Amino acid sequence: MQNESSDVLNQFRQGDLAAFETLFHQHQHVVYGWILRIVRDPSAADDLTIESFWRIHRAHDRFEPAQGFEGWARRIATRAALDWLRAKRDTVELGAEACGEVAAQPEGDPAITAEIRSKTALAFERLPPKLRIAATLAVIEGQPQKDVAAALGISVTAVKLRVFRALRLLRKDLERQGITP
Amino acid sequence: MNEHDQDDKQARMKKLLQQALPPVDADAEPARDLWPVMLGRLDADSAAQLSTGQAGFNWAPFWVWFDRALAAGLVLLVASFPASIPLLLYYL
Repeated sequence: MQNESSDVLNQFRQGDLAAFETLFHQHQHVVYGWILRIVRDPSAADDLTIESFWRIHRAHDRFEPAQGFEGWARRIATRAALDWLRAKRDTVELGAEACGEVAAQPEGDPAITAEIRSKTALAFERLPPKLRIAATLAVIEGQPQKDVAAALGISVTAVKLRVFRALRLLRKDLERQGITP
Repeated sequence: MNEHDQDDKQARMKKLLQQALPPVDADAEPARDLWPVMLGRLDADSAAQLSTGQAGFNWAPFWVWFDRALAAGLVLLVASFPASIPLLLYYL
């Protein structure tokens, strides 16, 4: 959404709370949706949306209105989600059921059994968060690599490299479990 | 293993991953308006800053003077030992 007036953006940059509220209401759904795609947990996405906007509010004086709000907000939200994934990885290993909590039902290739899906989901959870985010957004969610690169603050080539590494690590993990994709 | 095999394996992995973890609902929205929670967070943050005396000691002036002293030291070093210029340029 790029239709916010430059007045609102400038006022936000100066720390105006009403302008921040306007931007919050305009963008909370986009930010929430972006975070949900990464963390795949609605409750965590609620908390991380708040955390992201809190970081946005704290960084208001570093905001450049010419660059637009949404891309900037998405970068901050991606960083917050990455921090969450790192913290989560250090504490608990998610079960496969958590991964598919908000996902639609798989359309079902009969060659891919439920057990293989479950093991794949668990192996994916074990990937380093940086690789996982790139693969989640670019492969699972089908987001344009340009958008993923902008959100992660890296080049499109780096996104391709991270996706490649993620898929290779995933394949090796599955092969260790006797699954040959 | 040739490049074609590698591409083929990557394509199969992508398909498997998409089957295991389908995309989330693109129209998903938060269950409630998050603004009241946001306001609570901002209020709590302000209160915490007030109770700790505006986030403690302000280090900014220290760093300004430290930077200036470092720059002055560098100028003095270069003036005293001009032979050190190539070494400094190498490490820049």
